Amino acid sequence: MKDIRVERFTNGKPNLRRFHQASWDEPVIFELGQPGQRGILVPEVEEGIRTRVGDALADLPEGLRRKDPPKLPEMAQPAVLRHYDHLSQENLGVDFNIDVGQGTCTMKYSPKVNDQLARMPEMTELHPLQDESTVQGILEIMYRFEQILKEISGMDRFTLQPGAGSAAIYTNASIIRAYHDSCRKGDQRDEVITTIFSHPSDAACAKVAGYKVITLYPDADGYPDLEALKAAVSERTAGLLITNPEDTGIFNPRIAEFTQIVHAAGGLCSYDQANANGLLGITRAREAGFDLCHFNLHKTFSTPHGCGGPAVGATGVTRELVRFLPVPLVEYDGKKYSLNYDLPESIGKIRPFYGVAPVILKAYAWVMALGAEGLREVAEVAVLNNNYLMKKVLSIRGVSAPYAAGRRRVEQVRYSWQKLYEETGIHSDEIGVRSADYGVHFWTSHHPYVVPEPCTLEPTESYSIEELDEYAAILEQVAGEAYSDPDLVRSAPHNSTIHKIDHRPFDDPQQWAITWRAYLRKTGESR
Amino acid sequence: MKRIGLIVNPIAGLGGRVGLKGSDGEELQRKAIQLGAVPMALERAGEALKALLAAHVDFELTTSPGSMGEKSALQAGIAAEVIGSIASVPTSAEDTIRAAGEMVQRGVDLILFAGGDGTARDLCKAIGLEIPALGIPAGVKIQSAVFATTPRHAGEVTAAHLRGETELRPAEVMDLDEQAFRAGRVSANLYGYLKIPYLQRYIQGVKAATPMSESGVHTAIAKELSGRLKPGWLYIFGPGTTTQAVAVALGIEKTLLGVDAVMDGKVVAADCSEADLLNYLSGGCRSEIIVTPIGGQGCLFGRGNQPISPEVIRKVGRAHIRVVSSPEKIQALQGSPFWVDTGDPLVDDMLNGYIEVITGYREYILYRVA
Amino acid sequence: MTRKKIVHPYIPNSSPEVKARMLQEVGAANVDEFYADVPSALRIQGQMNLPAPFLSEAALRRHVEGLLRKNTPAQPNRNFLGAGCYQHHVPAICDEINQRGEFLTAYAGEPYDDHGRFQTLFEYCSMMGELLEMDVVNVPNYDGFQAAATALRMACRITGRARVLIPDIISQDKQSRLRDYLKPEIEIIVVKHDPSTGGMDLKQLESLLSSTVAAVYFENPSYLGSLEVSGTEITGMAHKVGALGVVSVDPISLGILAPPARYGADIVCGDIQSLGMHMQFGGGQAGFIASHDDEKIVMQYPSRLFGIAPTRLPGEYGFGDVAYDRTSFAKREEGIEWVGTAAALWGITAGVYLALMGPQGMKEIGEGILYRTRYARQEIGRIKGVSTKLFSAPHFREFVVDFNKTGMKVAEINKALLSKGIFGGKDLSQEFPWLGESALVCVTEVHTQADIDLLASTLQEVVS
Repeated sequence: MKDIRVERFTNGKPNLRRFHQASWDEPVIFELGQPGQRGILVPEVEEGIRTRVGDALADLPEGLRRKDPPKLPEMAQPAVLRHYDHLSQENLGVDFNIDVGQGTCTMKYSPKVNDQLARMPEMTELHPLQDESTVQGILEIMYRFEQILKEISGMDRFTLQPGAGSAAIYTNASIIRAYHDSCRKGDQRDEVITTIFSHPSDAACAKVAGYKVITLYPDADGYPDLEALKAAVSERTAGLLITNPEDTGIFNPRIAEFTQIVHAAGGLCSYDQANANGLLGITRAREAGFDLCHFNLHKTFSTPHGCGGPAVGATGVTRELVRFLPVPLVEYDGKKYSLNYDLPESIGKIRPFYGVAPVILKAYAWVMALGAEGLREVAEVAVLNNNYLMKKVLSIRGVSAPYAAGRRRVEQVRYSWQKLYEETGIHSDEIGVRSADYGVHFWTSHHPYVVPEPCTLEPTESYSIEELDEYAAILEQVAGEAYSDPDLVRSAPHNSTIHKIDHRPFDDPQQWAITWRAYLRKTGESR
Repeated sequence: MKRIGLIVNPIAGLGGRVGLKGSDGEELQRKAIQLGAVPMALERAGEALKALLAAHVDFELTTSPGSMGEKSALQAGIAAEVIGSIASVPTSAEDTIRAAGEMVQRGVDLILFAGGDGTARDLCKAIGLEIPALGIPAGVKIQSAVFATTPRHAGEVTAAHLRGETELRPAEVMDLDEQAFRAGRVSANLYGYLKIPYLQRYIQGVKAATPMSESGVHTAIAKELSGRLKPGWLYIFGPGTTTQAVAVALGIEKTLLGVDAVMDGKVVAADCSEADLLNYLSGGCRSEIIVTPIGGQGCLFGRGNQPISPEVIRKVGRAHIRVVSSPEKIQALQGSPFWVDTGDPLVDDMLNGYIEVITGYREYILYRVA
Repeated sequence: MTRKKIVHPYIPNSSPEVKARMLQEVGAANVDEFYADVPSALRIQGQMNLPAPFLSEAALRRHVEGLLRKNTPAQPNRNFLGAGCYQHHVPAICDEINQRGEFLTAYAGEPYDDHGRFQTLFEYCSMMGELLEMDVVNVPNYDGFQAAATALRMACRITGRARVLIPDIISQDKQSRLRDYLKPEIEIIVVKHDPSTGGMDLKQLESLLSSTVAAVYFENPSYLGSLEVSGTEITGMAHKVGALGVVSVDPISLGILAPPARYGADIVCGDIQSLGMHMQFGGGQAGFIASHDDEKIVMQYPSRLFGIAPTRLPGEYGFGDVAYDRTSFAKREEGIEWVGTAAALWGITAGVYLALMGPQGMKEIGEGILYRTRYARQEIGRIKGVSTKLFSAPHFREFVVDFNKTGMKVAEINKALLSKGIFGGKDLSQEFPWLGESALVCVTEVHTQADIDLLASTLQEVVS
């Protein structure tokens, strides 16, 4: 009998998968169901209540009564399940693909045991206003996790309240503002400095917080430009908001000088540590001279991305800034855990309650499964994986890694397909879309593109060497197709959930439809 | 059905391959051909047409005779309409200019031209901003912003234009001083503008704030600038679309190519010469210069005979120079610094270092000048 | 003696052989070479001082479960806490869908490989659109506080003005958030409530309205559970001076209550936690913002908006980001905030919830809550020394219980209830000193008559 495996390898290397994503041609939910169908029944109001109360709607004024029932779908329960299961099959999570393509997102494995722990009723059925004596467990977890973050970063206290990275950056900007206001320098210090390769939220959030934003470009080698920083600081400088390593994957070796210069000018320094995955146990915000920092728990700390949240941006500060932190803080007096609201100079609350507790729980459990040695291993292997993948990718025709030529990267690389584009006319995002035909994707870069035809890959520590090899092989395949059969690439995807989208309606106010009702209206259907 | 005009400058880029830096002037062309130069414009035009055909959009082609386009159309397998005649062989600037005029008369929707800066200058002279044009790069020195990045890209953008997917924008036509260039000096002049189709690629901006449109950026810059304009001060607005758009947003009618002097929200002198400016400055006027980088190469101050001369710059002082630009234009430089060539090396030196660029409302970029 | 190196299950390439192979491939002697750009002065010496790990999954589980078991979950029939976080029934299908790995672990893929995410979120926005009778709904914000803060900033950008009016009956936490987010350019002015109805004091509102006001903001129901019956008047007065009406609602009420679009609201916002999210100690919050398809308003959304479009296969649906021209902004309020990770999974869950409930389910749940609220108010109001008649307006889901005449503090009362396994309403005495010893009691569809009777009888015991 012939061994099936013979056909699965060529020259000892595994062939690329003959992948096809589920494709259900699923209608929009409003096209499903029949009038009168029910997906779930609601507890009825007991006769006893009705008799005692009379007509509860009697004193509801006309203007507050809903006139027409909402045009929601009417579907039986299994039909709802089936519809959403179809749609879920048309989605690729980390669980399903070699998700090294979403650079800066740190798409690592989210351990299932943590998800299951977070679904225990002792987590899900907690009301945030329950008596503190009944929620000592979750308070302890939050407290312990704060201690962990303090050690990892060197900061003195943390708040776990912000709802993701950008919220944390905004919180940092708010704290900076509160600090300068307290010194009565708030009006004078109205400028924030950042770099073009830091996360765009560093600029955007500072702007919303009322600051003028000065963005620095890198020097010729792609490192943040120290001379530019010197030219940018003044007595108007409120602070520096910087990501390190930057989204290019390059660590700024002069980061401590950066903070010194800003401090000398009277500003504060805030560290955007969205890209911390390669630095755990290697270097800290404290020693680099930062006054504030933040981590994305849904990136470095493994909590699942959820299609875009919920998430947590943990913000840490030095002693001098603790008084401005959002309330409440979690305290421990040796016997019990409690919520402390006694911070008169606090910037207030960032969100309702205390933060996304299940996310904090998952992050805590992840760290407790690894310990100090494990975290160090996470960083080192993430960096090794990245450099290994970089070697493979750079051998592909048409790609390059701009800046810091010949030097290593930390945990991610921003590549450029510019050469391939010049030689074939195929753009980076077209390569990305064709990759979906092989079961993977990649992210280009933030807008605006500084690196031309960008492609940012971040392997993290979660993928095996075979998976990295497979990813590189897919890129090589697609790049090759760009040269030999560009029309195939341009018309992709071919093995995905749907076919190439016509984007024109998205830019035209006459045509864009953000809801189904808008769509029906614009396509002329009478309702 | 839309009609494209094709003009090929068959001698563009002639000089380069044989090391002669540019091919303007009969003398030079003869020399080049003697040295065995092979015209590459033909080849490049062919690539662009091939890319255009591959897009499978319907169009009609009008072109000039022989090597000025007819040949390229034939090679690409397009049945083109041929109009006009060629006065001289090898072809000259007059031929290009006349051909362009004929295309406009014929009613083409866009002129696709293959050549270099010299050809772009000829087009500019002939049609200005009357109808759109797009350059297929085929010259040695491409400083102008009116060219597609590659011949293939020119075909792609033309196809997109035919499909109605592009926006028209004025782009700078630059010309290097030939003699200076051959003597080893790079010196750019802003010659004028052509209207080119601009293709905004739809790309998933999944992690970014939605970027602002160009007019939104100009309005933002204007708002930021307006907070800094002081009464009684003279503001010297340099040439360019950004300075013009920003001025217009401030309610000031500014020329596109000229240097205009503005005070208290009104133009006090349009299209100034150096003498005009020095006059104002000598009267003890406090003044600031507002400029935008010109061309795709990031030039802040050009050759010495520009109205904003080294003398003017010296009198105004570095601290009073304001640069305005969209963030897009800065990124397009891909890290290369701004450059200056005022004609006075001391003033050039003074301008080196970092300069603040206003890129939006309360948004600045600190950029290098080299 | 050095312990054998652990190859961690989460780190495939940490096996020494694989590491060595990879290092060789890359041409590095060890991993330290990759950190060449990190100055030695900044390198951590030795290991970080972290707690010892639980390496086996069994030990980890045991540890974390042990911590969690120190919590007492709120039993639906014994929990009467609300104040922004609500214990409604979470349908099994909601949990089923939001734990699927395809949705749980996805992030920002293309509208091809992540087509499912785009379609489910488009459907969520669409279902919300039907509930709200508005054509534009955003992909979820962080929470209802952020949604309100952003909606107010949007109103300022649209009108070019820098002052907003808010009710005094608003969560103080929410007010704190608004103040921080609207600083420094936008002024917040608080409008008193009518002491008998609980609604906004229309006379005072009139006196405060002028052409400097960008928006009047109110909530329906209010933070204390009372319905605002003068919505039409309020938005009318706002429109007269060119200000916008911004209303915050809980969508769970909209099967029975009129959507704010019907009483003149221009921008509607709120929190969707009630639509299928477990309370999770406050971790189930997610915000929404909605409006009509007015280009002037649409252009000010900082969040992602998903649109529908055809693909090259006739009859096939595609989705993507609606990216549009942002050309306008007022002098002081510029720039369109930021876009980032927020609460997408909760948006997907809310869509599933609404699909299961349908129009009938939404009507029944809203109606049922109105009945139970009225019943609870009635029964508790019967207790000597206790009053539930603070405001005359109808209430939805929550109401104030006034214990001042009992001579007892709410803290004492709640402690007593707790000893009987009941979570009493939120103590309002710190938040609103003018209410004295009062609590905010909440009932939802999960409470039976017996549950409410038990609360009433226990309270009776405690205060007598």
